[in-house]
Amino acid sequence: MNAMMTSVPALIAIGAVVIPLLVYALLGVGERMLQLVGGRAARYIRPWFWLIVPLGLMAVVLVYPMAETVISAFRDAQGRSWAGGTNFGWAFSGEMLGILGNNLIWLIVFPLGTLLLAVIVAVLFDKVRYERFAMTLVVLPTAISFAAGSIIWRQIYEYQPAGSAQTGLLNALWTLIPGTKPLAWLQTPTINNFCLIFVGVWSSLGVAALILSAAVKAVPAELVEAARLDGAGEWRVFRSVTLPHIGGAVLVVITTEMIFALKIFDIIYVMTNGNFGTNTIANRMYFELFSSQNLGRASAIAVVLLVVAIPIMIINIRQFRAERIR
Amino acid sequence: MALTTSPRIATAPPAHSPAPPAARSYRLRRRWGRLIVHIVVVAFMVVWFTPVLGLFVSSFRTQGDIGDSGWWHAFIAPLFTGYNYQQAMQVIGLGQSLGTSLAIAVPATVLTTLISAIGAFALTRMRFRGRTVLSLALVALMVTPPQVTLVPLLKFFDLTKLYGTIPALWLYMVGFTVPFGVFLVRGYLTSIPEELFESARIDGASDLRILTSIVLPLCAPVLASLAIMQFLWAWNDLLTPLIFLGGTAVAQPLTVNVAGLVTATGQGEAQLMAATVVSIIIPLLVIISMQRHFVRGVLGGAVKG
Repeated sequence: MNAMMTSVPALIAIGAVVIPLLVYALLGVGERMLQLVGGRAARYIRPWFWLIVPLGLMAVVLVYPMAETVISAFRDAQGRSWAGGTNFGWAFSGEMLGILGNNLIWLIVFPLGTLLLAVIVAVLFDKVRYERFAMTLVVLPTAISFAAGSIIWRQIYEYQPAGSAQTGLLNALWTLIPGTKPLAWLQTPTINNFCLIFVGVWSSLGVAALILSAAVKAVPAELVEAARLDGAGEWRVFRSVTLPHIGGAVLVVITTEMIFALKIFDIIYVMTNGNFGTNTIANRMYFELFSSQNLGRASAIAVVLLVVAIPIMIINIRQFRAERIR
Repeated sequence: MALTTSPRIATAPPAHSPAPPAARSYRLRRRWGRLIVHIVVVAFMVVWFTPVLGLFVSSFRTQGDIGDSGWWHAFIAPLFTGYNYQQAMQVIGLGQSLGTSLAIAVPATVLTTLISAIGAFALTRMRFRGRTVLSLALVALMVTPPQVTLVPLLKFFDLTKLYGTIPALWLYMVGFTVPFGVFLVRGYLTSIPEELFESARIDGASDLRILTSIVLPLCAPVLASLAIMQFLWAWNDLLTPLIFLGGTAVAQPLTVNVAGLVTATGQGEAQLMAATVVSIIIPLLVIISMQRHFVRGVLGGAVKG
């Protein structure tokens, strides 16, 4: 059993062949039984029977843990007794304030930065013949893990003292400007937050640009032509015709990137490990969970994340309903 | 266009007189505009691709060169070696990590695709009370931060002896993506005409038959999109294996292994670069060869306004 659980071919065979067959068999047996039951009862049960596997998974992995996290946020470090609001008191005081501040920077700068660049990409790439190739290059980092992306950018941000050869591309370019000294990009507070955010932008721009690009191409060509014939410049066409038409896509990009900024973990874990004033909520939670083993505090931090995510959930639900009515 | 060519037709001015100043400045502005567009587009291409190029070049340089000069010097004084890859394979167990990454991502992808198709089929093609509420719940669950689930799941996996095993990761990754998967496939399924399902039912096909001979084949494009997105996510995820695989007998997947090399001292930068290349090569091939499907997934998965 133990050997089987570590053998790659065996695991792939189990997960990709045996379990799917079991799911299929379960549905087959269930359908047979429903046929025996027949009538209204079967009609009533059938949908729920089909939903057992997907709903069961969601219940185990998402719904039940979410409920328990909310409860353990009000309990002590080991979850033995009630702790009232002390975990939340801690979450909003002392060094946590700086961490929350960093998340706020991420939450504002990252979505707006990604959106701005994605709009530029969507509108300008549309005007060149090599659009497909250019877009492929921008989408490429989407396939690269944040861990690998962080390693790539760590090399770019690398710092050597003034006088020695700069091995980091950014400092090599930066010191070309007369009178500048090489900068320790990742170790200098505030600048380093923006350097980390840019790694996120580099990774995420592809998806945002694809969404906006589709929206830009869906703007009726007659409207754009009519505006041009009326003598509107390109900027005016963008502001008065394109922008109002891509509002929905802009909202999608903003909400997606806000969720991303909220739970940002990998980039900080690899590049600074939260040092030099770059720590964020998710990284602090990992620390509380494994280094301090304080389940109460870890849960309280998670609840803060959930509360911030709720408005975005509501926006998504409203968008979804509006879409269905139309 | 009409504006720029008009002087030559109809009103044809004498050859020596210049074009009207308004038209000339318009043409000039347009030409400058085109140039600026090209400059900006090329700038994006350079900034987005150069980091990847730097990684690939560095991974073939010697440890000494990497410490002495930036990777672009390799174009001036080329000296390349495959030693970093050989070292990475032997010293840091990259081969085993590659195996673990595959053992996580392949089953997670297959299971997510199948279960999402089943869920979407039941949700769109069966009538029952609570259907709308369920759809809305899916949309809400799609944006749940993973951190909210970690503490209770750690206890759960501990209790069920799943902690530190790869199947625990399947369970987590599939459960976490199924809301998105059902949402994505649902959007596609609703566009298939109801008559198709009706006529199959009249012919006596069971729901299971309809799933295998209508839903799965017709939804193949969107299922491919879902599979690609889930594969990339499962392959690239760091937090999940970091937490649920922990320090167990199982070899760490590539992301964890590579991230660990950064903090570990003593390992050379050159090996790290080679290991990073190994970790991104499969996802890069996937996205380049199946970009069309990836784009469809991105567009279908967005909650549109």
